[in-house]
Amino acid sequence: MSKIFHVMYDDDAKVLAAASTLVGQGIRVKDVFSPFPIHGIDPIIGVKRTRLAICSFMYAMTGTSLALLGMWYFMINDWPMNIGGKPSFSLIENITAFIPVTFEFSVLCGAHGMALTYLLRNGTLPGMPATNPDPRTTDDKFVVEISTDNNSMSADEIESAIRATDLLELSIKDA
Amino acid sequence: MQREAAIREPLILGHKTYKDITDDVVGPIMGPAPLGWKIMITISSIIALYGVGCILYLLGTGIGVWGLNKTVDWAWDITNFVWWVGIGHAGTLISAVLLLFRQKWRMAINRSAEAMTIFAVIMAAVFPGIHMGRIWVSYWVLPLPNQFGSLWVNFNSPLLWDVFAISTYFSVSLVFWYIGLIPDFATIRDRMTKPLSKKIYGILSFGWSGRAKHWTRFEEVSLVLAGIATPLVFSVHSIVSMDFATSVIPGWHTTIFPPYFVSGAVFSGFAMVQTLLLIMRKGMKLENYIHVKHVEYMNIVIIVTGSIVGVAYLTELFISWYSGVEYESYAFINRFSGPYSWAYWMMMTCNVISPQLFWIKKIRRSLVATFALSIVVNIGMWFERYVIIVTSLHRDYLPSSWGEFHATSIDIGIFIGTLGIFLTLFLAFARFFPVLALNELKTILKSSGESYKKEQAQ
Repeated sequence: MSKIFHVMYDDDAKVLAAASTLVGQGIRVKDVFSPFPIHGIDPIIGVKRTRLAICSFMYAMTGTSLALLGMWYFMINDWPMNIGGKPSFSLIENITAFIPVTFEFSVLCGAHGMALTYLLRNGTLPGMPATNPDPRTTDDKFVVEISTDNNSMSADEIESAIRATDLLELSIKDA
Repeated sequence: MQREAAIREPLILGHKTYKDITDDVVGPIMGPAPLGWKIMITISSIIALYGVGCILYLLGTGIGVWGLNKTVDWAWDITNFVWWVGIGHAGTLISAVLLLFRQKWRMAINRSAEAMTIFAVIMAAVFPGIHMGRIWVSYWVLPLPNQFGSLWVNFNSPLLWDVFAISTYFSVSLVFWYIGLIPDFATIRDRMTKPLSKKIYGILSFGWSGRAKHWTRFEEVSLVLAGIATPLVFSVHSIVSMDFATSVIPGWHTTIFPPYFVSGAVFSGFAMVQTLLLIMRKGMKLENYIHVKHVEYMNIVIIVTGSIVGVAYLTELFISWYSGVEYESYAFINRFSGPYSWAYWMMMTCNVISPQLFWIKKIRRSLVATFALSIVVNIGMWFERYVIIVTSLHRDYLPSSWGEFHATSIDIGIFIGTLGIFLTLFLAFARFFPVLALNELKTILKSSGESYKKEQAQ
């Protein structure tokens, strides 16, 4: 039977120390729950760098293309308007007037595309249930989650390694 | 762990723990509403309702109820619009530009400044909406296929750029604000005892659990949003200034308008942040988080942007003379000596002279003086827009059509009404939302908290 350990700490420095010790002993940490981002925890527990910034760039480029395509169609192709003699039959000659909207639309798509991707990838959406193991982890406590499932060590070995760290509480559940 | 120079003033006073930060911010939300808050929101709601009444009267009757005439065909409506958009700029500047510059002091003020931005932009959007007269056809500003041709909206017009700029600015600011609020709503959710409130904050927190991977993404999203919101702030007010600068009216047709408007916007925005936060820190007992150093930093921004605005005023005057164009120089001579010279000198005193008092350290660090000057600056910046718009229009090329603008009670009622709506929204925010960015403040506690700094110094 697999087991899940929830180890609670009362300080971010203690979490960092404990996580490095446990990982050093070959224990894989499944997740860390914290009230604020702990800088430096990601490389220790093996969280990869997010690619959201690349997503944002791609959404923004989509926005740029759509804006230019739209304005070419409205202003050049479908109904060229003579406004103060400004060139109305050529996109490239009229492009300076289209820069502001192109920029705004790129930002619009980049920002909203990234924000939506972020929420969907996290699974944080309106009405989703909270999954933090203890309500105190959004206040001032930190929980390290370790599962026997992705560890080769036995539950007892893991438990004794955990007990050796500077922990506050330990809860063990059957998964 | 990150360290900070010992001589740098701490950003969080006293000995605080992570729990204290939560308690100080979530406590007022969980407790009963204080009497002062009830009185304030009652007064502001009454003013807001009066404003809504004036707006409805305007929509039902037509914009003839404003004091506009065929010479001065833009006045308080667009003045109020530019004033409100300008106020909105401080929030994004604090949360985006200062994030890119890694300014930690922004963390105590960013949440409420962003809220102020969003409410100010909503107020700003009211004016172009109602000044169309027929607000029910306001969707015509969008490029929608229609039965007129299809005749499209004019993408060469700065008024249309404004539609895109303001809507992008509003929605991106809203998303930026909300992404930061999610973890703090989770903190409230996990501490709420009343079942209904717990459920509401549960929905608002989107099931946030504070996983390590989510925090990594959170920080990346905040940074990228800050990166793209920064040029957005500058573009929005530049585009607002182009509503005037691309026209051929002397007094408007000026190439310095974009930087001049952007710094003016930041100037007035910071003044409004000071006005609101000085009351909020007292009312909600946040003196340990928003203290004299924060006020001083904001006053320094006010001196810088106020001086840029001052230089812009003088440059305008000089160039109007140096250009040798009679119409151009008349527009400016008329500004400071014509029938609206009182407004011009009001603007000069409030915007150029008064913020220079902040060079004196005692004044810069005095809360009373800051509060008084912040109101002076807000009045001055309203007059700046009034001067630019009305004085440039009231004496045009044909002396036979010269005229003056006189505000009606509806002009005044709608403006005062938007102040009421704004304050009502802000007071509701202060009561139900986490007014400080909890998760961000906790990250700087150990490097910038007073007691922690003392420990490190020893």
